[in-house]
Amino acid sequence: MDAGDVSRALARIAHEILERNKGAEHLVLVGLLSRGEIIAQRLAERIAEIEGVKVPTGSIEIGLYRDDIGLRHPPALKTDHIPPIDDKVVVLVDDVLYTGRSVRAALDALMDVGRPKAVQLAVLVDRGHRELPIRADYVGKNIPTAHGEQIVVRVVETDGDDAVLVAERGES
Amino acid sequence: MIKHLLDITDLNPDGIQRILETAANLQPEGGAIRKYPALRNKTVVNLFYESSTRTRTSFELAAKRLSADVVNFAVSGSSVDKGESLKDTAQTIMAMGVDAIVIRHKASGAPHRLAQWVDAHVINAGDGMHQHPTQALLDLFTIRQHFPSFEGLRVAIVGDVTHSRVARSDVQALTMMGADVTLVGPPTLLPPQAEHWGVGTTADLDAVLPKADVVYLLRMQLERQQAGFVPSLREYSRLWGLDSARAAMLKDDALVMHPGPMNRGVEISAEVAELPRSMIIDQVTNGIKVRMALLYLMLGTPGEVAANG
Repeated sequence: MDAGDVSRALARIAHEILERNKGAEHLVLVGLLSRGEIIAQRLAERIAEIEGVKVPTGSIEIGLYRDDIGLRHPPALKTDHIPPIDDKVVVLVDDVLYTGRSVRAALDALMDVGRPKAVQLAVLVDRGHRELPIRADYVGKNIPTAHGEQIVVRVVETDGDDAVLVAERGES
Repeated sequence: MIKHLLDITDLNPDGIQRILETAANLQPEGGAIRKYPALRNKTVVNLFYESSTRTRTSFELAAKRLSADVVNFAVSGSSVDKGESLKDTAQTIMAMGVDAIVIRHKASGAPHRLAQWVDAHVINAGDGMHQHPTQALLDLFTIRQHFPSFEGLRVAIVGDVTHSRVARSDVQALTMMGADVTLVGPPTLLPPQAEHWGVGTTADLDAVLPKADVVYLLRMQLERQQAGFVPSLREYSRLWGLDSARAAMLKDDALVMHPGPMNRGVEISAEVAELPRSMIIDQVTNGIKVRMALLYLMLGTPGEVAANG
């Protein structure tokens, strides 16, 4: 996907979120750190353009909720900012949906801070290979992949341009 | 991450930075205290052969906020009173299946011996007059909240350096991170080997205060006077105690620190302990975050990786 594809996919997801939830009231966008947060902010900008409403947007660090702690090097943690979520419809946002384990961790982290009315999931890319019964409500693009492949999501904010690439593992 | 933390020099500057950064991202400022499931299948034993309130409680809360199970092995009233050796106690604890042992002992080197006998991670929570590495980490964290870098930072450590494990760990940690450390106190309480530590020494506190970024006061142990290291506590307090008049000589942004428990009126006056620049309460709060970061990074690293990195 090039920058145009990414932009059109995010615009469509923003419309779908508004359509499904009948507007932007009670919505909260929470991105999984780090790229999910950036994508959540982009979606919030789109929603503001379409609906004229600024949706509260936050980020969530799942490092301390992972199910593979002690099995690999602990990843660096970042500070997260979760807005109030009680009785809100929380849209979790991530760049790539793969095994579903990150989303499981994010759901646990969310439930530790509050009780949302509902939780929905938006991802830029669904690459398949789920290991848990989790599916996305909003998908930018389905990209079937092999396990040996890697999906690289680049965003202007941290990588200089917007793109989604499929690479062999080890490249980037 | 390292397998054991016995000595602050077990860590290099990168390792220290990693712990401080992880600690900063746990329990964000101003938010509600959060409990994380990260170590829910781990067990941590506090093995304290010396009395301690803040360090033991701090380790206990740190482990509990990561959902680890915590056992406080109180030495008095246990089989240790019946003459059980450290090795036998360690083997007994290991047989119960634990992942980390936090040990405080009056004998310098006890944590090193323990680490040779057990598979669990060993964390030194203070051994004799030797080391108190997690105190050094929380002190660095507290300084780091107020200064962007340790490079060239002027830190005065004041008091009974010779008998202080806190001073030893802090001097090594601070010099490793590039700070400029001066030891201040009566010559009888400054270690003769200090010249090899890469630090300055002086008896003149008033000359050091106007330039210092951090003044770190050590606890003056009352038994030192009986042992003849200082003529009287009153004289000690007059020459090396930080009172309001001396605190007025400090730079506007200089910090006052103390590892606790304080002897108010000896090394620090009651008024100075209450000043906004006094970090004594912050140090306690930060101790939990830093110990959480350490436990997470140590216990969250696979065994085979721990051995070489």
